[in-house]
Amino acid sequence: MMSSFLHNEKRLRETFWATVDRVSAAWRPPAPPTIVNSTAHVILDHVRLAYGSRRVFSSLSCDFPPGRISVILGGSGSGKSTILRLIGGLIRPQAGRILVDGEDVTRLSGRGLTIMRRKLGMLFQGGALLDSYNVFDNLALPLREQNRLTQREIIEAVNATLVAVGVTDADELLPGELSGGMLRRVALGRAIIGKPVILLCDEPFSGLDPVAIKLIEKLLVNINRQFGITIILVSHHIPSTLRMAQRVVLLLDDRVVQGSPAELRSGADPDAREFLSEGIEDATTTEKD
Amino acid sequence: MLNPISELGYKSLLLVRQLGNMASFATSVCLTIPTPPIRMGPFVRELYKLGVLSLPIICISGLAVGMVLGLQGYHTLIRYGAVQSLGGLVGLSLIRELGPVLGALLLTGRAGSATTAEIGTMVATDQLDGLRMASIDPIHLVITPKALAMFAVMPLLTALFIVCGIWGGYIAGVGLMGCDPGSYMSSVKTSIDFNNDVAGSLVKSVIFGALLSVIATHRGYTSAPTSEGVSAATTSTVVIGSVTVLLSDYLITALWGV
Repeated sequence: MMSSFLHNEKRLRETFWATVDRVSAAWRPPAPPTIVNSTAHVILDHVRLAYGSRRVFSSLSCDFPPGRISVILGGSGSGKSTILRLIGGLIRPQAGRILVDGEDVTRLSGRGLTIMRRKLGMLFQGGALLDSYNVFDNLALPLREQNRLTQREIIEAVNATLVAVGVTDADELLPGELSGGMLRRVALGRAIIGKPVILLCDEPFSGLDPVAIKLIEKLLVNINRQFGITIILVSHHIPSTLRMAQRVVLLLDDRVVQGSPAELRSGADPDAREFLSEGIEDATTTEKD
Repeated sequence: MLNPISELGYKSLLLVRQLGNMASFATSVCLTIPTPPIRMGPFVRELYKLGVLSLPIICISGLAVGMVLGLQGYHTLIRYGAVQSLGGLVGLSLIRELGPVLGALLLTGRAGSATTAEIGTMVATDQLDGLRMASIDPIHLVITPKALAMFAVMPLLTALFIVCGIWGGYIAGVGLMGCDPGSYMSSVKTSIDFNNDVAGSLVKSVIFGALLSVIATHRGYTSAPTSEGVSAATTSTVVIGSVTVLLSDYLITALWGV
């Protein structure tokens, strides 16, 4: 009697989940067949995005290889930071696919998105640290929320991360009490404390002095080399970009140009050559001033 | 002729959509309440910010309103030789109507606007997106403790407002105008019924607390990520919150007679 009941219950459960799977598969729109580069860590495939009547991307396709530092360049308002937000699932495109480590972000929602974001770390332009939490708590928060570590392990992880990003004796300070460079380093610490496989950095050099820029640049290169993290960076600072980047994605008015910095500087696309050389000239003039 | 009609239709649809968004937001907040971890620390911090820091404005306003009621009531009642009912007049006015409504309006101006501005600033400075990217639900961590704290402090502050108002009426009526203190206090005691008056007042303040907590947090959460957007959201919290309190006060009184 009992075994028959269990058997029926098991069958019922299997039938139920099979029906759920069928229904959800039937409701899911078919995925477009083209993939830009199947070996890439992050792929944007024919992404269309518009805010009302303002079109940001009509059909953006680009890819970011694993374990490399890729830099997104482009004019103001070309949608560089938007690409990072699309990858992080903070914005949803109207069409297209965004594959992050093999998962299509555009099809994820709620819990799926939360789990996917554990693979990502994001350094926001303004730091985005919680202004009512001190430096220590800002870094400890993601670890406490994951609920996997003991308090002692959390303290050790936070201290190790703060040392790694070169911030000492600032645990008790609030974000408002930090200098620009320090704030950026603490934010970088928060972005990497969860051991992400992909690090997204939105304008990490903006508003910093040349010494601080070099420091952040060195930190990012070290993080990439030591842990093999894929870094996708948005920057206006061409000299740093050319020093760090192993791949450049250049957003031009009507197209995207991709390649290594050397390829773009000596390549066939005159607009890409002009963009990079003007950036270097501007930076040289600013540094002389 | 068609344009104003289509404009009206468009605005109506916008309003319905806004209400739908707000209801969906309120549901998300409610769903996070029983979800672990329970955020006692942030909740207590919000209770302090919204409740304890609102005590001076509530006490002073309650006292002032009670004193005005005491003076106006005295001058009216003395014409009919019914000054001994002054306590009842002050108490009933405060408990049934002025306490919950004025308390809610004061809380909208003080705590509601502060809550909206704080959440709006967090939106504008990417703090909520930063939490999302760290796989933390910003509604669970930031919004729910604020909404719950606002909901919890409303009946408490309303009660305090009423007590201060009754003492204000006592100061004006007994201290300044020379009424008998015994008849003032016995009039308060005999004319106020717990089931009809006090429970009704509590129901009103709980409903106002729920409405204001949703309005204030929703306006902040959906504010445009600019300083202008935060300012507009803060203003709209005060305007929408005040109008909602007054309209719902009429509805509650008309439907349940409290």
